[in-house]
Amino acid sequence: MKILVCISNVPDTTTKIAFANDNTEFNKTGVQFIINPYDEWYALVRALELKEAKGAGNVTVIHVGAPDSEATIRKALAIGADDAVRIDAEAPDAFFVAEQIAAYAKTQNFDLILTGKETINYNGSMTGGMISELLDLPFVSLASKLDVNGNVATMEQDIDGGSAIVECALPLVVSCQKGMAEARIPNMRGIMAARTKPLTVVPVSNPSTLTSIASYTLSEGRKAVKLIDPSNMDELVNLLHSEAKVI
Amino acid sequence: MAVLVYTEGSNGKIRKNALEAVNYAAHIANQLGTTVTAVIEAGHDAAYAELGRAGAKKVLTLANDKLANADAHAWSVALAQVAEAENADVIIFSHDLAAKAIAPRLAARLKAGIVAGAVEHPTIAGAQFSVRKTAFSGKATAVYNILSAKKIITLLPNSFPIQLGDGSAEIAAASINLDAVSNRITLKEKKTRSTATVALPEADLVVSAGRGMKGPENWGIVEELATTLGAATACSRPIADIGWRPHHEHVGQTGVAIRPNLYIAIGISGAIQHLAGVNGSKTIVVINSDPEAPFFKSADYGVVGNAFEIVPRLNEALKKFKAAQH
Ligand SMILES: Cc1cc2nc3c(=O)[nH]c(=O)nc-3n(C[C@H](O)[C@H](O)[C@H](O)COP(=O)(O)OP(=O)(O)OC[C@H]3O[C@@H](n4cnc5c(N)ncnc54)[C@H](O)[C@@H]3O)c2cc1C
Ligand SMILES: Nc1ncnc2c1ncn2[C@@H]1O[C@H](COP(=O)(O)O)[C@@H](O)[C@H]1O
Repeated sequence: MKILVCISNVPDTTTKIAFANDNTEFNKTGVQFIINPYDEWYALVRALELKEAKGAGNVTVIHVGAPDSEATIRKALAIGADDAVRIDAEAPDAFFVAEQIAAYAKTQNFDLILTGKETINYNGSMTGGMISELLDLPFVSLASKLDVNGNVATMEQDIDGGSAIVECALPLVVSCQKGMAEARIPNMRGIMAARTKPLTVVPVSNPSTLTSIASYTLSEGRKAVKLIDPSNMDELVNLLHSEAKVI
Repeated sequence: MAVLVYTEGSNGKIRKNALEAVNYAAHIANQLGTTVTAVIEAGHDAAYAELGRAGAKKVLTLANDKLANADAHAWSVALAQVAEAENADVIIFSHDLAAKAIAPRLAARLKAGIVAGAVEHPTIAGAQFSVRKTAFSGKATAVYNILSAKKIITLLPNSFPIQLGDGSAEIAAASINLDAVSNRITLKEKKTRSTATVALPEADLVVSAGRGMKGPENWGIVEELATTLGAATACSRPIADIGWRPHHEHVGQTGVAIRPNLYIAIGISGAIQHLAGVNGSKTIVVINSDPEAPFFKSADYGVVGNAFEIVPRLNEALKKFKAAQH
C-alpha cells in the first residue's frame, strides 16, 4: 500500500504572532514551526499504523513550502515516514497547494492520500477536497477512524448531529482528525535514520494564483475582565442582559 | 449574474447557518447590483419562504438521489451546473460540515479563488474583491484579495445576527444532470445523537466545564445551568479524553471551534489550545477558584470562587431573571 501524507508547516499554537512589511507578511523571525498537529498526530501516525499492520507498503510525506521547512519534513521522517517530497514554493493558498500535490500524485500510484482536518494557521479545511476533485478521486472529510481491508477503506466521519460509517474502494483522499491515532514521539533511531532518508525537491509546475493576502491584523485582546462579587450573581445576570446583551 | 448561496434545511426549517449565508449573499448582491439565488435540496417545501425573507429572490430546488452520497462530488458537479445556468460568479456557503466537503471540490472544479471562514462583508471596488477571514486560530485576521473571475466565500457561523424581512422568492426546480457522476462511497451506518440538546456548533449560548469539576458525577449543576439558559454544553479536552463527557463536546484547537454569543467557562484554566477554539465568542464569563487562572485575561466577566457554590447561585439568579421576564 502506497500512502501519501500531506504535511503543512505551521507556527506552534503557543507562539506569539507578529507581522512585517506594513502588516502584509507573517513575520517568521523567532517563530517555532511545527508539523500541523492534525497532519502529524492523525494522518501520519495512522498511515504508519496501516503500513505496519500490513507489514508492507510505503509512506511518503509531501509538503509544499520553502527550504526553511526542512526541519518539519525531517521530523516526519523521524516519526517514521519512508521518504519525503518538498515542492519548492511558498504557497499563497490551499488551491496552490492542492494543485501542486495533485500534479505530483498523478505521476505516482498512491492508494491513499491523507491530509489533516485543517491547518492551525489558516483553518480552511479545503486542501483535501481540492486534491480529490483535481484527481477525480472520492473524498471523505473529517474522518475520525480509518481502516483498510484489502482494497476497501472504512471510515467514520463527522456528519450533522453525529457520525457516519462509510466505505470506499481505494484510491481515495481522506482528511483526518482526532480519534484516528495517538501522537508518536520520534526516538533516537528514528531521528538518526531521518537524516539519510530521501527528501526529493520538486520544482513548482504551472502554479495558479487565485487569491493573495493583502494584509493582516492582530486580533484585539479583550478589555480588562470585570470581576463580579461571587455572592452577587444577580449582578452578573444583569450585566449579561443589559450590558453584554447576550441573554 | 446572480449571487448563488448553498443552503440546507432540517426539521422543516432552514438551518440558522444557511440563513446567515443568505443574508450575507444578499449584502454582496446589493453591492454588485444583482440578486440572490438560493440552492437547496428538494424536500423542505414548508421552509422555502424563509429563504425569501432572508433575502433570496429565487430558490432553486435540487432533486437527485446521487446528492445524498457521502462524497460531495455530485454536489460540486450540480452546483457548477447551476452556477453556469444562473451566470453566477460569486458563490456563498456557511463554513460548516457540508461546506468543508463541497466548497473545496467546487472551487477546484471552477478554478474559483476561495476564502474559507470569512468574518466580514467583502470590500468590492472595481475589479478588486477582498474579504477578511480569521487566521492563526483567532489570534489574527487576514484580508484576502480574490483574483479569479469565479469567487467562493464560506462564512464563519455566527458572524452576523440574522435579519429576516418581508421579501419573497420565486421557487423553481433546478435542471441538473448527474448522469456522468458515479457514487463511489457507501454509507454503512449513521450514528445520530439525541436532538434534545442544542447542537454545539450552532449554539448561541454555551456552558462549558473543565477539570475544576473534579468528576463526571458533578456535571448536574453544569447541565442545570445550561437548561435554564437554553444553552449547549461543552468541555475542555482532558474531560473528553478521560471520558467524563462525550468527544463531540470537546472544544479547542483539537476539538470543535465555536463562537457563540455567550461562553461560560467553569473550572477551566484557559490554556492557549482551549482558547483557540473559543476566543471568537462574543462574551466570555469565567468562573474559577484561582484568581491567577490565565482564562481571566481572556474573559469579559470573571467570578473568582468555588464553582460548586457559584454555579447553583448563578442558576437561581437566572431562573429569577427568566421568571421576571414573563
Ligand atoms: C497540542 C495540544 C492541543 C490541545 N488541544 C486542546 C483543546 O482542543 N481543548 C482543550 O480544552 N485543551 C487542549 N489541550 C490541553 C490544554 O493545554 C489544557 O491542558 C487543558 O485545556 C486544561 O483543561 P482544564 O482547564 O479543564 O484543566 P486544568 O488546566 O487542570 O484547569 C482546571 C481549572 O479548574 C480550576 N478549579 C479547580 N477547582 C475549582 C473549583 N472548585 N471551582 C472553580 N474552579 C476550580 C483550577 O483553578 C484550574 O484553573 C491541548 C494541549 C496540547 C498540548
Ligand atoms: N503547504 C502544504 N503542504 C502540504 N500539505 C498541506 C499544505 N497546506 C495544507 N496542507 C494539507 O491540507 C490540510 C488542510 O489544510 P487547509 O486547507 O489549509 O486547512 C492540512 O492539514 C495538510 O494536510
